[in-house]
Amino acid sequence: MAETFLIFLVVVLGAAVAIVPLTSRLGMGSVIGYLGAGILIGPDGLGLIKQPDEILHLAEFGVVMLLFLIGLGLNPRRLWSMKKAIFGLGLSQVLATTGLIFAGLLAYGWSWEQALVVAMGFSMSSTAIAMQMIDEQGLKTHPAGQNGFSILLLQDLAVIPMLIFVALLGQAPLAANDKSSGQQIILSIIAIAAIIVIGRYLARPVFRWIASTRLRELSVGFSLFIIFSISLLMHYVGLSMALGAFLAGVILAESEYRHELEANIEPFKGLLLGLFFLAIGMTVKLDLLVARPLELFTLLVTLLSAKLLVLAVIASFFKMDKRNIIVLAILLSQGGEFAFVLFGEAVRVSALTADQGALLNAVVTLSMLTTPLLMFLFHKFVAFRLQLSEPPHDEIHSEGHPVIIAGFGRMGQIIARLLGTHKILCTVIDHNPSQIDFVRRFGLKVFYGDASQIGILEAAGVKDAKLLVITIDHQETVNRLVTEVQRLYPHLPIVVRARDRTHTYQLLDLGLKNIERETFGAALSMGQMALKVMGVSTFEAHRIALRFKAYDLNMIKRLYPIHRDEQQIISQAREARESLERLLTQDMEKNRQPGATGWD
Amino acid sequence: MDSVNPILLIFAHPRPQQSRINRALISALEGLEGLTLVDLYEEYPDFLINVTREQKRLQEHQLLIFQHPFYWYSSPPILKEWLDVVLEHGFAYGEGGTALHGKDFLHVISTGGDKQAYQPSGYHGFTIPDLLRPFEATALLCGLRYHTPLLLQGGFSMSDASLAHEASAYRNLLVNYYRNGRTVLSSR
Repeated sequence: MAETFLIFLVVVLGAAVAIVPLTSRLGMGSVIGYLGAGILIGPDGLGLIKQPDEILHLAEFGVVMLLFLIGLGLNPRRLWSMKKAIFGLGLSQVLATTGLIFAGLLAYGWSWEQALVVAMGFSMSSTAIAMQMIDEQGLKTHPAGQNGFSILLLQDLAVIPMLIFVALLGQAPLAANDKSSGQQIILSIIAIAAIIVIGRYLARPVFRWIASTRLRELSVGFSLFIIFSISLLMHYVGLSMALGAFLAGVILAESEYRHELEANIEPFKGLLLGLFFLAIGMTVKLDLLVARPLELFTLLVTLLSAKLLVLAVIASFFKMDKRNIIVLAILLSQGGEFAFVLFGEAVRVSALTADQGALLNAVVTLSMLTTPLLMFLFHKFVAFRLQLSEPPHDEIHSEGHPVIIAGFGRMGQIIARLLGTHKILCTVIDHNPSQIDFVRRFGLKVFYGDASQIGILEAAGVKDAKLLVITIDHQETVNRLVTEVQRLYPHLPIVVRARDRTHTYQLLDLGLKNIERETFGAALSMGQMALKVMGVSTFEAHRIALRFKAYDLNMIKRLYPIHRDEQQIISQAREARESLERLLTQDMEKNRQPGATGWD
Repeated sequence: MDSVNPILLIFAHPRPQQSRINRALISALEGLEGLTLVDLYEEYPDFLINVTREQKRLQEHQLLIFQHPFYWYSSPPILKEWLDVVLEHGFAYGEGGTALHGKDFLHVISTGGDKQAYQPSGYHGFTIPDLLRPFEATALLCGLRYHTPLLLQGGFSMSDASLAHEASAYRNLLVNYYRNGRTVLSSR
């Protein structure tokens, strides 16, 4: 027993370590690596692991923990602000997808009960896959990521009535509990209330108590205890464990132990989620692929096309740009964990045959494999084209504004407002559609376009402009734009944002004078605040910051001639820094002596 | 809209920590009833004076005091900036500029040198009242009652004991003003 377990661990972890970094490095993400590793070692691959189901049960906690962590990142207030996306997007996704697939299956000649069960199962997406990809690709703050998450949340809720429906279909009662649906609902409410009460009032004192013992492992233990006990409770009342964990996370999001919980659960989540994908990979029935390729393929295409289509249509109603629409559709295009649960339940109550169940599970698994692939293909072949040609740039009407601002983030906005105080009008160009929507809501006029393309600038009237302000945050883009503009309009003054000192030198090389490092001003103000808090008088702090600024700018000028010589610039820069600090300190000490200035 | 405080002290010193006299004077006033203290360098380190706020302060008080060191026979620059932007036409002088009419004005000045230095025959060649003429003229144009300035001279050589004495005299003067009004101030 011990030996088989050890072999199991060695094989599973070994496969993961061997394959996942590979796919990760190829830019395909980790999910496809885990799935691939699972297929490789699974019963239908090399056959190193015979019983994938066992590991699947354990690995499911990866999903539970994932939802718990997501909940911790939110809090009730933020969750409430998402209600429109959750119910608007989520509900329409579930209903439309179910409807579309249902109709399709009826047309293939399925019975309505079976068609409905399959359609409901297929309408669910995989939280594990989607959230992992949202995380990996940094989509959390993008519309695709946020809306995707909202939809997943609603699916977690929708699975409850679906399970009840499946139970009603068969004459047999629900697996975990022999209660009527009325009792079921009451129990669910009680369970949720229990989670809220425990999260609010019980978890904190326990944490405080544990913290006082200073035993770090106990804190980890208690964090896991929370996860498992909630899962157990949810299991008893027949609710989704992941949903319960999510709820607990949201409630604990406001407690002072939030970060502690996060740090405790995070490593378990990562590993278990990986195992989860591995297990899914292992369960792929490759023999079905050989035995019934046509059926499998038809169902897979039905699932994918229905989901992609519905998601794309719904997302476009929610005013997302093309790029985000496609990303969202791909993110949620797969079948999910809930499909396995639903189909398993349907087989148990004989709403589906075991044969059908196996086939459907294979379809869902294959659809999970396609997601990272689709995303990879999208990024490789479509995404960059989308940025260049889609959505079409706004028609920029050159209204003869004397100033053009390229890049309208936080910097550009402030500059435009300052110019506005003197009724100096700006034509503003930005290439981030969500940014533009945001700014437009404040009544500012902004045009969508890639300001680094000279054609766009020409459409914006650069020929007659008196000033070009560049606040784009991408160094190479800025340099390219400056070079191009100077070639065509050598007399146009440019005020430009630099990333850092090195970039400043590059811009000086290009012959520019009005250069500001993007964080320099903020750093000076913060330093001034810090001095003040530490007891330096307001005026003194202000003066020190100004003197520092003057000296630093002077140093840039002085070091400019040698900036290509790395050795020299490092030694000179250090010297200059030391002499500045000496100067400021001397000044401070001099002023500290009474009467030193000749005045009292 | 009168403030509960009748006394408005406009204090200007770029480095008060380094000024023995001004530190002593200001700390002597701590907790004084009826006093509003405005530290110009602390409040406006970038010289960007809030004109509306300062005018409102003037309207709400009865006695205006300028306290500052005597830099180059005048005030530190922020006080000049304050005069330039706060005492607007139509507020402090000119047509409709009656906001300060009838209020009291007192100058409190610290100098490093002693009394003899500020004589026609002394080191500086002028008396302090001579040198303060621009302030006096400003006060008069604004309809302020100009009182004899309070001078703390010989700051470099003043003993701790006499400084303490001067400081408490200053405090007493303001306490008296709060209780008895302008009669406690001497007019020239």
